[in-house]
Amino acid sequence: MRRFLSVLSWVLVAALGAGIFGWIALNRGERVNAAWLVVAAVCFYVVAYRFYSRIIAANIFALDANRMTPSERLNDGRDFVPTNRWVVFGHHFAAIAGPGPLVGPTLAAQFGFLPGAIWIVVGVALGGAVQDFVILASSVRRNGKSLGQMAKEEIGPVAGMVALVAILGIMVVLIAVLALIVVNALGESPWGVVTVGLTIPIALLMGGYMRWIRPHQVLEATVMGLLLLVVALYVGRWVAENPALAPTFTLSRTTLAWCIMVYGFLASVLPVWLLLAPRDYLSAFVKIGVVAALALGVLIVLPPLEMPAVSRFVDGTGPVFAGKVFPFCFITIACGAISGFHALISSGTTPKLLMREPDARFIGYGAMLTESMVATLALIAACVLTPGTYFAINAPPSAIGTTVESAALAVANWGFVLDPAEFTALTASVGETKLLSRTGGAPSLAVGMAHLFSNVLGGTTAMALWYHFAIMFEALFILTTLDAGTRVGRFMLQDLLRHISEPLGRVAWYPAVVLSSAMFVSAWGYFLYQGVVDPLGGINSLWPLFGIANQLLAVVALCVGTTVIVKMGKARFAFITIIPLVWLCIVTMTAGYMKIFSPDPKLGFLSHARLVQDQINAGTLPANVKTMAEAGRLLVNDRVDAAVAGFFMISVVIVIAASASEWLAVILGRKPAISTEIPFEPRAVAVGD
Amino acid sequence: MNWSSSILARIARATRTLNRIIGAPDYDTYLSHARTCHPDAALMTRDEFVRQRLEDRYSRPGARCC
Repeated sequence: MRRFLSVLSWVLVAALGAGIFGWIALNRGERVNAAWLVVAAVCFYVVAYRFYSRIIAANIFALDANRMTPSERLNDGRDFVPTNRWVVFGHHFAAIAGPGPLVGPTLAAQFGFLPGAIWIVVGVALGGAVQDFVILASSVRRNGKSLGQMAKEEIGPVAGMVALVAILGIMVVLIAVLALIVVNALGESPWGVVTVGLTIPIALLMGGYMRWIRPHQVLEATVMGLLLLVVALYVGRWVAENPALAPTFTLSRTTLAWCIMVYGFLASVLPVWLLLAPRDYLSAFVKIGVVAALALGVLIVLPPLEMPAVSRFVDGTGPVFAGKVFPFCFITIACGAISGFHALISSGTTPKLLMREPDARFIGYGAMLTESMVATLALIAACVLTPGTYFAINAPPSAIGTTVESAALAVANWGFVLDPAEFTALTASVGETKLLSRTGGAPSLAVGMAHLFSNVLGGTTAMALWYHFAIMFEALFILTTLDAGTRVGRFMLQDLLRHISEPLGRVAWYPAVVLSSAMFVSAWGYFLYQGVVDPLGGINSLWPLFGIANQLLAVVALCVGTTVIVKMGKARFAFITIIPLVWLCIVTMTAGYMKIFSPDPKLGFLSHARLVQDQINAGTLPANVKTMAEAGRLLVNDRVDAAVAGFFMISVVIVIAASASEWLAVILGRKPAISTEIPFEPRAVAVGD
Repeated sequence: MNWSSSILARIARATRTLNRIIGAPDYDTYLSHARTCHPDAALMTRDEFVRQRLEDRYSRPGARCC
């Protein structure tokens, strides 16, 4: 009887989730409340967790609470420390969640909310959470080995090398596109510049406090930092309203791009205790706080979704970024559905902290479901704006012109409504002089969040504060990823340079540190600068490149996972990693091919280059381009982008080919199915302590 | 144990939990581990330990994501 009730209740939960999605999909014309989306997503998550993740936990790995974990076997009080599962969950979640799940869904909202919502929910259950969990469990069974090491040992040295270079390539594109988002959010905005700029001295102050005033009092310093962030918010407003100071801090986007490059360089060469660590602590708290606030805001306000379920832009003519819903919805939303970068964390710190094997399910699969929920909430926050407002903020000037009137006209042509007076009032109410064409997703998400938060607390007068609060924390996340990423990139680069000249690999030798930092910063700085001056708005070319790169890393991770499963002799369960693997291959290859070869110059890099070349030959210049030299640079940029996309595609092919030959060899019996995992050892202490 | 010391103990516990979640160096854990398992080995001071942990954390991918 109890069994029957349990089956019945699970069937009801599953039916509820599926029913809501079906109803939303078939419903036409009626506005849908965000609550339905939240309920449907939660139903899917609990069903996926209960049933799908069980296959991985029980049938594939047979996770065993009595089996010794690396944290116990290698306990050194430093890297390997057996840790409470909730603490590990928090740590893991804070590490995987960043700006990605906020920005991707916001951009993908141009297709309407349904394509993004379905991909976020289905993608995480069958893809992202599976990847994180399988890699975490594989790493736990191998003493906490990293993804690169596992790729090398499980698949072969070629795959290991590709993984290494892919990680470096992804970091370059990732940092560039994140920096571009900050630049677009802060350009011509003195309030934003001052508030975000002040987070740097605040971090330095915290660093000094933890070193000299109250050594090692991390929480004290963080609380102080959080209070100072609020002060920075008000200082920003004061400067923006001060006619003498405001122009000084009204920076152009190119100036900001240079500032961010200098910041990245300094973060890489300065001692970590001074800048990186304090920023990281601050960001971890703000992250968890904001995610909770966003969830509360949506649950209290229960806003209706103004965006249609499916917009006309699924046909590929969208202004936010070019390309049809397939494959570009699946490239645009990476974090939140499946993100290859997570495999680095699942094979980084987390497996070294895990106390008991079965916790891997809760942490690997569960934390990713939580991140997916964050992506769903971000999608909701973007879709509470009217479509007219959304497109006015997210479309580049080449699509909507530079005045509110021209934007209203363009938006009307798309079949949406934008009232110029209302939009001007909205711009003023968030304390900005310009909201038009603030591409990159961060500003429209901030407007959506300010809309939600001010409904709960403060009313319309608080819109401006909430907007800049949202911009501040988005920039805080992004800059924390950017500075830590630049430093890690510098170390990886030095690791490669070591093979050319030994002294260049010395991580404490100043000339080598400066040189390799400068090299890495110029690599992402190049793409950033290119994005800032791109007449199509750099997001259009950079975000898809980042998506493809991130999915490539997911392909590597899923190949490692599949190889591990096949070598365990569990080939009949390999569908678990092969389903997302096949899907990602189709998506990345199609998207990569289209980005390179599409005849539409808005989409294809090469056809855009041809267009520019024709214009140069004819003696005319592309729109928004002033000199011949600039046009020439556009040509180079297009070709570099095409080459980068091509490089990622070739890498996918190499990894797949290398893995498939391993699988075939094992399945056909040419190679014995020998798992490389550490053999079973019972735990030294009793279970349940 | 009176009520104020039990509150203090709770705050101390909560502080440690939060510190671990944000990944701050955990010297006490290191100390108790080193004292029980390697009583003869030389101990790092708190400063050395913190510096070494932070250097390590920001030198490899896998600490921070998008």
